[in-house]
Amino acid sequence: MSDIRIHAGAAAGALAPREYHLAHEPHPENGTALGFWLYLMSDCLIFAALFATYGVLGRSYAAGPTGAQLFDLTLVAINTAFLLLSSITFGFAMLRKQLGDVKGTLLWLAVTGVFGLCFLGLELYEFSHLLHEGAGPQRSAFLSAFFTLVGTHGLHVTFGLIWLVVLMVQISKHGLIPENNRRLMCLSMFWHFLDVVWIGVFTFVYLMGVL
Amino acid sequence: MSAQHATHANGAHDAHGHDDHHHDAGPHSTFSGYMTGFVLSVILTAIPFWLVMAKVIADRNTAVLVLGGFAVIQILVHMVFFLHMNGKIEGGWTLLSTIFTVVFVAIAIAGTLWVMFHMNANMMPEHPTPTPPTREAPGHSTP
Repeated sequence: MSDIRIHAGAAAGALAPREYHLAHEPHPENGTALGFWLYLMSDCLIFAALFATYGVLGRSYAAGPTGAQLFDLTLVAINTAFLLLSSITFGFAMLRKQLGDVKGTLLWLAVTGVFGLCFLGLELYEFSHLLHEGAGPQRSAFLSAFFTLVGTHGLHVTFGLIWLVVLMVQISKHGLIPENNRRLMCLSMFWHFLDVVWIGVFTFVYLMGVL
Repeated sequence: MSAQHATHANGAHDAHGHDDHHHDAGPHSTFSGYMTGFVLSVILTAIPFWLVMAKVIADRNTAVLVLGGFAVIQILVHMVFFLHMNGKIEGGWTLLSTIFTVVFVAIAIAGTLWVMFHMNANMMPEHPTPTPPTREAPGHSTP
């Protein structure tokens, strides 16, 4: 490598070797964050379509049970608390990461995962309860739209949890290397984004459905 | 080689730092920022749940507007304190793509509701005056 450069410099007749290429690829700073943000925004459009569907069909009960009869707001409040707590504990994991504390990061990520599991477990309990009452997705257009919207969010949380576990394995094996920091940043955006979507779900589906 | 490289790194690329990948770690976050966002979120979640569970607002339309307002404020709180959104990161491209998404989502949801509820009104009338059974249905008339 250096031989070639010296040779090129000598051939050009200059004292200092010249470079005719950029040593670094000129890519924008932090391009991953912007790219992942664009993914989240397109994910937002999926949820927008599902929210619009629910908005249209949310009162089409087909003489079946209504939201006011089905939804248990105490359960939803606990679920919301789980998700909000998991958001703040992910924030604590990011703060430990900034200090380069591998153990602290892993600990807070584990706490985040436990809260995420609690959220998912409670949601599955709610779904199974509804199915048991005969209020499954085939009962009415309202319930089809409900299960699609809330189920899609739950599926996102599920994949977020899988990602979380995989990332914890990677961090425990390789430490807080730049690659893992980048992945952690992306997962943190994903996780907070899911919490933002849940604000829409509990407001427009549960609270307004009970009104 | 190493001397050249060091000169190069300190000269032309010093403004970006000499390791591009360290910038991918994301924005610097603070404990106070997360806690502010968390406390605000708890308040902005608790109030709507209380409003509905204690049946504070009797009028449905008012309640929907109030709940929607709380949701919008809480989404903004999450964006600022948890997702570290501001106009400067990524040279403003993050904010620009977000504004585009918000406009798109608003048009998609508002447009869907507008079209579909007008279609309901125009195509599925609720028969306010049921047709009196004066006439026999054609199928049942005697041949």
